[in-house]
Amino acid sequence: MKPVLILSGLGLLALFAEMFRFRRALYPLLLIGVAGAVASAVSYIGFDDGEMSEYIKTMISFDAFAIVASTIMLVTLLLWFVLARDFFSDENNVADHSALVLFAVVGAILLTCYKNMTMLFLGIEILSIPLYVLAGSKKTSLSSNESAFKYFLMGSFASGFLLFGITLIYGATGSFDLGEIGAAVSNKTVLPGYFFAGIVMLLVGLLFKVSIAPFHFWAPDVYDGAPTPVTALMSTVVKTAAFAAIVRLFVSPVFGGVSDFWLPILGVCTALTLVIGNVTAVVQTSVKRMLAYSSVAHAGFLLMAVASGSVMAIVNPFAVKGVLFYAAAYSAASIAAFTVLLIVGGKSGDVSIDRFNGLGKKNPLVAVVMTIALLSLAGIPPTSGFFGKYYILTAAFQGGHVWLAIIGILGSLVGVYYYFRVIIAMFFRDANEETVTATSEHQGLLFVTAVIIIVLGLLPDLLFNFCDMAMVAMQPVQ
Amino acid sequence: MITASLIGLPLVFGLLLLFVKGEGAKRIALVASLLELALAGFAYFTLYNDPSSDLLATSVPWITSIGADFHVSIDGISILLVLLTSFLVPIIILSGFEKKTENPALFHALILFMQMALIGVFTSRDAFLFYIFWELALIPIWFICLIWGTGENRGTITFKFFVYTLFGSLLMLAALIFVYLHTDVGNGLHSFDILAMYKAGQSLDLTQQSFVFWGLFLAFAIKMPVFPFHTWQPDTYVSAPTQGTMLLSGIMLKMGTYGLLIWLLPMTPLALDRWGMTVVVLSVISIIYASCMALVQKDYKRLIAYSSIAHVGLIAAGILANTTSHISVEGISGALLQMLSHGINVVGLFFIADILMNRTGTRDLDKLGGIRNVSPQFAVLFLIVLLGSVALPLTNGFVGEFLLLNGVYQYNTTLAVFAGLTVILGAVYMLRSYQSIMLGESNAVTSSFGALTSNEKTILVLICAAVLIFGVFPKPLLSIAQQDIEILVKTIVPINP
Repeated sequence: MKPVLILSGLGLLALFAEMFRFRRALYPLLLIGVAGAVASAVSYIGFDDGEMSEYIKTMISFDAFAIVASTIMLVTLLLWFVLARDFFSDENNVADHSALVLFAVVGAILLTCYKNMTMLFLGIEILSIPLYVLAGSKKTSLSSNESAFKYFLMGSFASGFLLFGITLIYGATGSFDLGEIGAAVSNKTVLPGYFFAGIVMLLVGLLFKVSIAPFHFWAPDVYDGAPTPVTALMSTVVKTAAFAAIVRLFVSPVFGGVSDFWLPILGVCTALTLVIGNVTAVVQTSVKRMLAYSSVAHAGFLLMAVASGSVMAIVNPFAVKGVLFYAAAYSAASIAAFTVLLIVGGKSGDVSIDRFNGLGKKNPLVAVVMTIALLSLAGIPPTSGFFGKYYILTAAFQGGHVWLAIIGILGSLVGVYYYFRVIIAMFFRDANEETVTATSEHQGLLFVTAVIIIVLGLLPDLLFNFCDMAMVAMQPVQ
Repeated sequence: MITASLIGLPLVFGLLLLFVKGEGAKRIALVASLLELALAGFAYFTLYNDPSSDLLATSVPWITSIGADFHVSIDGISILLVLLTSFLVPIIILSGFEKKTENPALFHALILFMQMALIGVFTSRDAFLFYIFWELALIPIWFICLIWGTGENRGTITFKFFVYTLFGSLLMLAALIFVYLHTDVGNGLHSFDILAMYKAGQSLDLTQQSFVFWGLFLAFAIKMPVFPFHTWQPDTYVSAPTQGTMLLSGIMLKMGTYGLLIWLLPMTPLALDRWGMTVVVLSVISIIYASCMALVQKDYKRLIAYSSIAHVGLIAAGILANTTSHISVEGISGALLQMLSHGINVVGLFFIADILMNRTGTRDLDKLGGIRNVSPQFAVLFLIVLLGSVALPLTNGFVGEFLLLNGVYQYNTTLAVFAGLTVILGAVYMLRSYQSIMLGESNAVTSSFGALTSNEKTILVLICAAVLIFGVFPKPLLSIAQQDIEILVKTIVPINP
């Protein structure tokens, strides 16, 4: 709970920066504050004994799962702040930018620890509304405005579905509380039909947020149009949070009892997402847009873990840990890749694939880190991305979804094609005359992310045992 | 301990090279590879004196969450491939000494990384570790081919190579995970340990074993390559830089044959009985097809590439031509010996192709001719390597090929006859190439060929020495492997068939 308080306080403080004229000091304050939030999240480790962790009656439970998921998000956020240094250099907007980001992350953390449907809805809204604004924060750019508008329209539509779903489920079970819903699901022999309609609506709302096909159409345009730092935030922290929310509902006793109903839906959506995301990424010429489509494909992989999460209503530990590990690995690689996009894009922001030509000669550090990040995204060992895929594929095998695993493997092969196009451009094509220079902060960030990717690729247990802790919160209610 | 150092040494030197600038990198890399060779020699003598020596194995927990250990060890079988790798890498590095290489530090660092991964593949006793090393070997060679290769469309060619092999390894991964989920080491935990994997694999029924069998076979068949999965190979070999081709053909394809022997046979004996004939027939088709292709090639490098498919096809046939009721120890010994001989000979041939290219600017058989008149030394050394490749008695190729054909003969006489064509066809295309390159009148292209430099001479003499010594005296290699081959054969035959 402390991280939520710290970040909210920091957000309020940021709003005052304008008034009390400490705009220049704000950025360092943000870094310290987020580091503090990480420390406070970590400080909960080992203190999960039910009673202690519940807040606002039983609306929030900052349990082991929430600790692990929010630690991963907060560490990513810290790295993201280094990536987005320029985003906070514009003096006119520094205060609102920082406040919006911080509030969005507060919403993200609520999504990892809600125990009540209303908190789920609040979390999603607190997360989304700042993001609508952030997507349009490049005020003079047409595509940024388009992106914000699209995101807002489609997002509010999805929120409507989500709310409708929650209402129907409330009608069927008589409660917003996850524990009571779970009990109602397992006790009642016959559930009313609108309960299932509620689940479908809930799914539509949530799957929209994580850009799962066929609800993914907004994602490439929004990702492409939004300023690059915002895109980086959306594809790392936001994605992790939304999947944490899905896991809490579906890979748990809450809806585990009716998995027969929703598993086929998730299965089909997973397969569709893997195919559409990977195939469409192939034909993109802008690297940013390619990453946007590939992010859709990665969401498909994460959903595969959710689909394999409950085997006969028993939580499959590999799936839960797989989601967390995959999200962390994907975040690390994405932060690296988006940093490189910022560096290569420079002032013009043009990141078509030709801009990467000869990067290996022009700036070897940037090119090598980009290669490591892309290898990780493609899932080639010894990078962390490989282990993310490995855990999820194993979970899929255990869950009996061999066909999904095969689609996943074929999808990764297609993935190799579009990721390697960038690598080939960097090392094989001739360079143009422009120089590419990275600030020392970005260089440091690239180095750190590369080390994270490789170390987690060689010793995945470091993170995996940490994720193991999350399982404490996932044991079925007796 | 020794095994772990064999993996660690190239890695450390490779990382070190990344901080070196200029041509000095070549010398450092050579020193590193010679140290590695000395260490491999030490491993051989340790194994010779005490096969169960603690020095040869290292096992530490690695990823406990999935039951994978860092378990490497050298036995009588893997020592041969370790020796091959550590013998060839210095030669490969030396072969580039007189050429100007762009960014030599990175190039040699990649070679050393590759060596690390190869030694890892040959010594892993844990399936997961094996897979990781298998993939690790792919990345350096891909960069070597992409950055230092020749030809405008090498981007496409190397990409095809990468995706092809990656496809194979993903299938292998799926098969290995499948077996892994059937292992049981108590408390419902699974393990990737090689013996646990053998046991789990053998406990599967025929359908499941067939799935595993084809998953693994495709991965290995693509790597070797065996017909019809070979289409990436000739283009890649030709467009890669010579040293890359040497790594690919001399050592890397042995990953496939070694995998067949160590991972495929013992894990899926029932599927071997069921599908053995199919894959042996594929291997034999591979032999004949590649030999015929080699007959009509004009580009000498491409000719060697096809001859390599033919040779490796025979090795694969020798390994796969076994059933649980009859396993030919000779066939397997022959396969091991032939892996070594082929590695040495093919590296020699590619080096010769490189010399031709550097001196005359062409590898076209029609344009060359009469080099014997200009450089008699070269003619003799070339002939020795070539005869080794044709498997003339008293050269290293003979013993292996004889044992292999013997193994296939015991399996199926008709197939053995077809496989035997490799000897005849091999002699035809090899001697034909020798004739058009070396004999006849020297022409404008070849008259300025000149004598060999001392560096070239050293390499060719070393290779010729290996060809002759192991041709006359193969016993040290055969005898050290004997015991472990018998152990392996006992594993393949299930106790309750």
